[in-house]
Amino acid sequence: MLELRNLSKNFGGVRAVDKFTTTIEKGEIFGLIGPNGSGKSTIVNLICGVFPASEGAILLNGKDLGTMPPHRRLRAGIARTFQNIRLFGELTVWQNLWVARNSFEDVAGQGFLSRWFGSTKRVREEIDEMLEFANLADKGEELAGNLAFGEQRRLELARALATKPQILLLDEPAAGMNLEEVKDLDDRIRKLQDSGVTVFLVEHVMELVMGVADRIVVLNFGQKIAEGSPIEIQNDPVVQEAYLGAPEEAA
Amino acid sequence: MDYYFGLAQTIGIHTLLGLSAYVLMLTGQLSLAQAGFFAIGAYTAGILTVLFQWTILPALVVGALVAGLFAFLVGFPALRVRGLMLVVATIAFSEFVRMFFFNVNWRETIDNVEVGPDSTQGFREIRFFSANGWETWEVALFVWFFVIAVMAGLWWMDRSRAGAVLRAVGEDELAAQSIGLNLTAVKVAAMTAGGVIAGIGGALYAHTATYIDHLTFTVLLATFAIAYPILGGLASVFGTLAAVVFIQGFLIEGLRFLGDWRNVLFGLLIILVMNLKPSGIFDARTALLLKRMFTVNRGKRGDA
Repeated sequence: MLELRNLSKNFGGVRAVDKFTTTIEKGEIFGLIGPNGSGKSTIVNLICGVFPASEGAILLNGKDLGTMPPHRRLRAGIARTFQNIRLFGELTVWQNLWVARNSFEDVAGQGFLSRWFGSTKRVREEIDEMLEFANLADKGEELAGNLAFGEQRRLELARALATKPQILLLDEPAAGMNLEEVKDLDDRIRKLQDSGVTVFLVEHVMELVMGVADRIVVLNFGQKIAEGSPIEIQNDPVVQEAYLGAPEEAA
Repeated sequence: MDYYFGLAQTIGIHTLLGLSAYVLMLTGQLSLAQAGFFAIGAYTAGILTVLFQWTILPALVVGALVAGLFAFLVGFPALRVRGLMLVVATIAFSEFVRMFFFNVNWRETIDNVEVGPDSTQGFREIRFFSANGWETWEVALFVWFFVIAVMAGLWWMDRSRAGAVLRAVGEDELAAQSIGLNLTAVKVAAMTAGGVIAGIGGALYAHTATYIDHLTFTVLLATFAIAYPILGGLASVFGTLAAVVFIQGFLIEGLRFLGDWRNVLFGLLIILVMNLKPSGIFDARTALLLKRMFTVNRGKRGDA
């Protein structure tokens, strides 16, 4: 469904991503891991169109996204969350979900006026469902900036889902969470998969990614160094070396 | 009594000026082009009533639409830049408009009197109201009809999805893009709405002052336009109104006995507010607090 072909990105003289190629299948939970600074977030930003790729192509359902701007990529079905939460803190929780309704079907299904100004019964019901999913049903009127950290993470996930994505890119969603919250996130990601959303998970927290991912790609210095199931990855000597250093150094 | 009606006119017109900047400020953009839109509305409506002998209402509508059209056209290139660069670009636009009208010389003889914009001499005799026997209080009422209409429109807009969209762009452009908002469309829409509102204000100004020239529409006017929402905060349109009443009614009129020392207070006030309440006197948190104090269990939001 999402194909990355020889994707590369240079920042000045630094090659952040180097000829990265992989294909994410429809309905799978795809994990991307790697040490700090290995280029994971850069790949997310390339897929979302925050900046253009230096080389290579990104194909969604066989169609090259080229230089398509971020808001049109969202309509095409690519949504994301951010490593450092980026909510609209001065808007209420409810409004955060309201502004996110920009999926292709929402845009096409509503007239200009109701899209810009209105909230129909269907819109309200859908947003209430989202609040339910995020365990925030009683916080709709709260300013997003006043929520606790875990609640903000859940709201950001719900906001991305309100755009009805085909594929959801989660950029380190478990950062700063305790084990219980990680377990909760694990459940949520599985629920997403059940509802038909493809998940692209960038993560540092191994408890999460090893448990939930169907397939994992390991990145180091912008290059793919391994690919396989969680068990294969855990036993891969190349991966262990990238994370822990070469055996002689470790010894 | 006429003094107070005159003051009400000034406050109304400056409220429109402030609200035109308010709309765009919701999207996080600071524009000094409002003086230019105000001037376009003033000259267009003035030319229509004086040279073409139109009545006030259609002249005002056309003035507002022409100002809105220019805002739309200027919005595309101007809003590609942000922050300080946008301020510079919009100052350039305001100065361009000002210099354009500085050079316009379009005199015609109507009823044996030569009228119309006379370049450096200014545009005199915009006498629609007095020629048609309007009292000062009637003019004040006319001005406030538009002020209330615009405030009600913006108040409603703020509660609709559009308001949340503008504020979302104002808070975090990257996040707004990532949930599918077209930044250019949102900002240009806000700029256009601001242009129309400034145009209405300008059209009213030209006819209440009866005399305009390029010196009316300097950067100082544009500074006033953004000072009102900065001072009043972006929580609601009433912040801007309160700021106008405070500055025009109290600082400028009420403290007239201080002479030019008032200007010192004005600058001091801006510095104080920016330091003590960076998001304005009435920011979102204050507004929510006030709302909670005055509403009891209104139930869920979304019935806007």
